[in-house]
Amino acid sequence: MSAYRRPVSNMWWLKRRSYIWFMIRELTSIFTAGYCIFLLVVFYKLSQGPEAYAGIIAALKSPVSVVLHIITFAFVFYHAITWFELTPKILVIYRGEERIPAGLIAATFYGGWVVVSLFIVWLVLLA
Amino acid sequence: MTLEIFRYRPESDSEPTFQTYEVPFKEEWVVLDAINHIKDEIDGTLSYRWSCRMGVCGSCGMMINGVPKLSCAAFLRDYYPGKIRVEPLNGFPVLRDLVFEMDDFMAKLTDMQPYIIRKEGEEKTLEDGEYLQTPAELAHFKQYSMCINCMLCYAACPIYAIDNAFIGPAAIALGQRYNLDSRDQGKDSRQELLGSKEGVWECTFVGECSRVCPKDVDPAAAIQRAKVTSTIEFFKDVLIPWGKKK
Repeated sequence: MSAYRRPVSNMWWLKRRSYIWFMIRELTSIFTAGYCIFLLVVFYKLSQGPEAYAGIIAALKSPVSVVLHIITFAFVFYHAITWFELTPKILVIYRGEERIPAGLIAATFYGGWVVVSLFIVWLVLLA
Repeated sequence: MTLEIFRYRPESDSEPTFQTYEVPFKEEWVVLDAINHIKDEIDGTLSYRWSCRMGVCGSCGMMINGVPKLSCAAFLRDYYPGKIRVEPLNGFPVLRDLVFEMDDFMAKLTDMQPYIIRKEGEEKTLEDGEYLQTPAELAHFKQYSMCINCMLCYAACPIYAIDNAFIGPAAIALGQRYNLDSRDQGKDSRQELLGSKEGVWECTFVGECSRVCPKDVDPAAAIQRAKVTSTIEFFKDVLIPWGKKK
């Protein structure tokens, strides 16, 4: 008796919404890595002296750069959320006999995220 | 109500087809009731697996409108007046109609050594009595022990559909279930399989396995936790090679 193996379409990820969100999450890694490289370039320019640095800061103000930043922010934001959703599943901590609730772990991470973000905003805009 | 059912008869069909059946709509019927009605009253040639009708045996998993579900737990009323399309679970070779081959899954479960392993010389004899465990120790793995081997998680996993070599969600969750059991000492002998390429590292955390699980086993979490353990073990081996195995 021959068993029938169903072919898997290359478009399998379009078949369910959760698969599409998964693919978007995979795609976020490109933006995250891209932005890391961009930051290294900024540091490199900084090491080249004030003029080189002023040049790249001026380039950052162009509309193309602003749009790219908004797109990158959206992807990195989603990337961060998927990590914080995953963390409480992996971080299984017991205090004595009781498991620390997943919600508390998630809330701690989200809280930490907000605090760090506010600190950076303060550092960049106010300090 | 209309049901479109996947038909494949290996003696005559080279490709599967869909056959349409009309069944009476009943508020309290699940998809399995409708299929049993077809088998009894309309077409006796339809083949499918089922047993308990109450979400315990794990036999009646099917793709229902593209989503892996226990057909005994999928109510017609949730789809009415729309159509219901029933297919065998994704990712498995089809033997006939809704019946698929599960040999690969069974072999993977066995490979995971899903039983309590004791180190040599540390096994208790019958006279010594049982290995004791506190409720707190039980809580560490109980969730992963609720699996009914229904294979819905495999059907939800695109990785398994693309590459059958992947050990898959249920088998890894079962490995974790024994690794986290205070009575077990077999972690090292399971590690080779768990930490292999076909093991946890094949998983890209789509997470769909946990969403379709009828018993809230959360195999996706089990796999991600096994990844962390695997990574820690790797660094331990590299950084403190002399601290290896007692």
